[in-house]
Amino acid sequence: MKFEDALEIVAQTSSGMVRAHNEDSIATDMVCGLVVLADGMGGYNAGEVASGIAVEVMVAEITQPLKKFSPTKRDEETGEELAVALLGRSIRKANASIYQAAQSQAQYAGMGTTIVSALFYDNRMVVGHVGDSRLYRLRGETLASITRDHSLLQEQIDCGMISVENARHSQNKNLVTRAVGIDAEVIPEIHLHDVEVGDVYLLCSDGLNDMVEDEDIQAILYAMQGNLALAAEQLIQTANDNGGRDNVSVILVKVKQDFAQSHSWLAGLLDWFKE
Amino acid sequence: MTAKLILSLDGVFIQEYPLSKDRMTIGRKPDNDIVINNLAVSSQHAAIITIGHDSFMEDLDSTNGLSVNGVPVKKHFLQNNDVIEIGKYTLKYMNEYVSKTSAADFEKTMILRAPVAPLKVQAEKSGDTGLFQKSHADSEVKTEEQPESPPQVDAVPVQAAAPRPVTLAAIQILNGPNAGKELDLVKGLTTLGKPGVQVAVLTRRPQGFFITHVEGANFPSVNGQVLGGQPRQLQDHDLIELAGIKMEFYFKN
Repeated sequence: MKFEDALEIVAQTSSGMVRAHNEDSIATDMVCGLVVLADGMGGYNAGEVASGIAVEVMVAEITQPLKKFSPTKRDEETGEELAVALLGRSIRKANASIYQAAQSQAQYAGMGTTIVSALFYDNRMVVGHVGDSRLYRLRGETLASITRDHSLLQEQIDCGMISVENARHSQNKNLVTRAVGIDAEVIPEIHLHDVEVGDVYLLCSDGLNDMVEDEDIQAILYAMQGNLALAAEQLIQTANDNGGRDNVSVILVKVKQDFAQSHSWLAGLLDWFKE
Repeated sequence: MTAKLILSLDGVFIQEYPLSKDRMTIGRKPDNDIVINNLAVSSQHAAIITIGHDSFMEDLDSTNGLSVNGVPVKKHFLQNNDVIEIGKYTLKYMNEYVSKTSAADFEKTMILRAPVAPLKVQAEKSGDTGLFQKSHADSEVKTEEQPESPPQVDAVPVQAAAPRPVTLAAIQILNGPNAGKELDLVKGLTTLGKPGVQVAVLTRRPQGFFITHVEGANFPSVNGQVLGGQPRQLQDHDLIELAGIKMEFYFKN
């Protein structure tokens, strides 16, 4: 699989205008078509440690098996496609690693992180997330949020207590109801989506969507989709111009070409031999 | 830190009520938390529901209804300084959390320990941190993160709380079929050209307006100087040329 031709990926992070350090971590892997973004939380540098562990564990846990096996192969444990199984499993492993580090070292007690991640394969994308970091899709002129925050505010919106327009005035924006590394177990939310050529995907920490309205994100992505690096820079700059109260990270993925898996009998045979 | 309601009649202060419970009722009967003994008020007129730092008001099918800031409502998400009218009485909603909290405080992501049902959240605890895991660590971070000197950032120095500049600017097209047409630069980003083909953008930033080449074979020029990959700040009466179209940039005030 040649992702170099099919996907264009850029990633950028900034500590913002107020925070002294950056607790966000990001990683991209062009070989497997993997993008991961984590927004850490916890005292002193614990937030960076948590998000750093999350990204490192996820990349290792996903890229290693994919060197040997096809992402469409059935996973023996769960019966799901390997890509789907790996994404869920890697988030749970990241959770265990962070939880253990937090238990063993006092200065890391209670640290945690959000995660939003996507693995591209066979003209699809499997998305895994925990917390309030988001994945948006620009298709044509329409920007849509693909993930739903695990936050108190989102729960209030869901049960009709507060409208989406009013939500931006809420003082409860920063309360997440699910995070990685806080408890011994975590339930990641995993969904599979079809992708189309021309789609632009945006993964971001809440430092972006709290500072920049969705319609402005749409305007920037739509106008600048031809120059992803500039678009990433513009998104971060806009967040910082609006106050930049939090760390802000963005990963942009543009689908340039079809990347369907070859379903030939030969590929199947090779997979079978590799086992 | 708790939000409060200030009851007045004809502009005369009567009483102050801290929103100390998850749910507080307003009505004529004495078993309400806020009692307004007036025949225009229903026995149970309205309720205020508080979750964390947010309060919502709901009309409990009252006979005469209620309005917020002059607009009749059934249900309303209260904002600081909202004025609720019930008959001739007014209740002003004040939420000091909004003004007292520094930017750095409330943007800090915190974990709500378990996915509790929203209504279970204790309103009494609004403001304090008993609710949240690792709140101790957080409060330490807050003090640590309020530096005396402005934070060191590599970007252009901007005051974090600086208000948006009120400067208005526009471009006027000078030639071609649309000559004479004026375009106000009211948005943060104005696109020139067509995405996927030829695009330059005009961005409004606290320090002024900038033009940036995004994609396409034609690079815009400003006063005859062709742009590189970097944004260029625009001055009053700059002449922009893009793919044969000439435009003038100017400030409107």
